[in-house]
Amino acid sequence: MDRKSGRFLLIGIPYLWLGLLFLVPFFIVLKISLSDIAVAIPPYTPTFDLGAGWSGFIQFLSGLDFENYIWLIEDDLYINSYLSSLKIAFFSTLFALLVGYPIAYAMAKAPSEWRPTLLMLIILPFWTSFLIRVYAWIGILKPEGFLNQFLMMLGIIDEPLQIINTDTAVYIGIVYSYLPFMVLPLYSALEKLDGALLEAAEDLGCTAIQAFWKVTFPLSMPGIVAGCFLVFIPAIGEFVIPDLLGGSDTIMIGKTLWADFFSNRDWPLASAVAVVLLLLLIVPIVLFQRQQERAQEAEK
Amino acid sequence: MNISPNKKPSARFAPWEDPAQKPLVRFGNVTKRFGSFTAIDNISLDIYEREFFALLGPSGCGKTTMMRMLAGFEKPSEGTISLGGEDIADIPPYKRPVNMMFQSYALFPHMTVEANIAFGLKQDKWPKQQISERVEEMLSLVQLTKFAKRKPHQLSGGQRQRVALARSLAKKPKLLLLDEPLGALDKKLREKTQFELMDIQEKLGMTFVIVTHDQEEAMTVASRIAVMDDGKLIQVATPEVIYEYPNCRYVADFIGDVNLVEGRISSKTEEMVKLAWAEGQGDIDISNKNGCAAGENACLAIRPEKVHVTREEPQDVDNKIRGVIHDIAYIGNLSTYYVKLGNGQIFRAQESNRRRLANREFTWDDQVWLSWRNTAGVLLQK
Ligand SMILES: Nc1ncnc2c1ncn2[C@@H]1O[C@H](COP(=O)(O)OP(=O)(O)OP(=O)(O)O)[C@@H](O)[C@H]1O
Ligand SMILES: [Mg+2]
Repeated sequence: MDRKSGRFLLIGIPYLWLGLLFLVPFFIVLKISLSDIAVAIPPYTPTFDLGAGWSGFIQFLSGLDFENYIWLIEDDLYINSYLSSLKIAFFSTLFALLVGYPIAYAMAKAPSEWRPTLLMLIILPFWTSFLIRVYAWIGILKPEGFLNQFLMMLGIIDEPLQIINTDTAVYIGIVYSYLPFMVLPLYSALEKLDGALLEAAEDLGCTAIQAFWKVTFPLSMPGIVAGCFLVFIPAIGEFVIPDLLGGSDTIMIGKTLWADFFSNRDWPLASAVAVVLLLLLIVPIVLFQRQQERAQEAEK
Repeated sequence: MNISPNKKPSARFAPWEDPAQKPLVRFGNVTKRFGSFTAIDNISLDIYEREFFALLGPSGCGKTTMMRMLAGFEKPSEGTISLGGEDIADIPPYKRPVNMMFQSYALFPHMTVEANIAFGLKQDKWPKQQISERVEEMLSLVQLTKFAKRKPHQLSGGQRQRVALARSLAKKPKLLLLDEPLGALDKKLREKTQFELMDIQEKLGMTFVIVTHDQEEAMTVASRIAVMDDGKLIQVATPEVIYEYPNCRYVADFIGDVNLVEGRISSKTEEMVKLAWAEGQGDIDISNKNGCAAGENACLAIRPEKVHVTREEPQDVDNKIRGVIHDIAYIGNLSTYYVKLGNGQIFRAQESNRRRLANREFTWDDQVWLSWRNTAGVLLQK
């Protein structure tokens, strides 16, 4: 094997990976989303039959249409699900930023011998299954759960708060689960910050708080943007958290999709929901990529 | 400066000689420790208004630490620092009428050159118009007008240094601290900027404290120089005094070139000291300015340019020694002759090259005489 083909092979591996594990499944989903529901196995029609030859292929194509997508637009449920997911993802991201920034800041200011330990603590929850951690929150938030018992013991409340099965619980769950994705990029941006810059700002007349807003905050912007995207993107499509912690009136697109797929067995419609979700997510993902490139450029 | 033609410039600037003058900055027995390490060791020092004060010393001797204490980033472990008579220990950096140019520049990477320079002015809520005028002025001073819109990472090291200088100058602080402000500049630009700094300092009546590794720079700009070593002040004096009358071997050796001749004082009169320095050689005469006694060990420090080299035995000189030319260092305008004495010691003598290289007087292994006057050197004990 000469060097050139070796290089092609090397570059080819990630593309092959992408093709097999992303593009092929995507096209299958896309195809199903254009099909019609049927009482059959698999539960849609038409199915692709290689044996039928050219005329069979033409017939197959003529069986595809955009009915499901039109349905998505016409039925309020779907638009509301998308909007509600965007809203929940947006506010969860905001809360994660508000909680994560002080944590990352404190970590970056901690004595350097402490930092690896603190970093470890942030990553530690990943050692337990995501599902189990979300279940644990049920135990904490339910009416007779730890939180309510604790608050009643302190005498702050007289009767249990209804937190579980509300949007509040969903926010708590998302912020908790995705916090490390917020803290890590923030920490790496804040840790790089040269302390002399803050001294220079103070020397030129800034109080510590002004120096934070004029120097620390703008310089941590790449970390803020990265952290927000890393929380926002997965939060939109989140299913487990709203399903376990949310109530029946918590609608998120992940839940709607699940219901269509498993309860209604409407694979074509569920596929259409998934394709639209993917298209919605591509916008922030592309923005995120561009921002990352710019940040790298600036660092050079 | 406005000097009327029939008036001589006012008397020499030397407030430190005038006991009635109040110092602008006073270090009173200041000690600074980092953990168990003593960075500044019991320093007392007065700096007067309108001084251009230089801190000189080897790396790690505590120059930056002195500056940081003045700017407010470090607190003295012991002792007091006062500014204009007021103890500044509890005044935070942003309230001090002091600006500092950082050794590492500390430019804000997310701001343009312009915005960096304007930062302190905006903070002080200057009117927009005045800010942009001042920034203009600063940019042209450091010759960076063309680079106003660039970010620091798009500049060369020397350009960044100039931005840092401009930023610290912009607010016209009462006291400006410059930590190696010109180290990254080439010789020409450095000299030009030195003179501009002196000019600004004089025009605006500011007080500058400058840290430098470059003794020539310190000699050029400073009204007084403090030579530091290992957290202590070794000598504080005008450049002339530091050069001509160093108070110890360390200072003599640190500033410029020097020949040190170790010996013992063999006799002492009212105006003359004799130093016995080698077997079979005549004693060296030194005019007596120091209070050392006969029998003590001491050392003669004499600058190479004060020593003459001649082929013939010189007459009418105070001191002369024979030697052999061991090496010649030609540096254009000057040549330094390394002359080996009878006892093996190498003695340096410097002559200016008034003639072309080809008709040079001496060459390697020539027998020569070294001579100097008895006022040319100083006797050191420490
Ligand atoms: N924050 C600190 N913690 C511990 N030691 C320090 C600290 N800051 C300075 N030092 C020590 O104090 C001594 C003086 O440091 P300083 O920065 O004042 O030196 P300097 O004279 O400015 O040297 P240079 O010419 O290399 O800049 C050094 O030995 C340094 O290691
Ligand atoms: Mg220093």
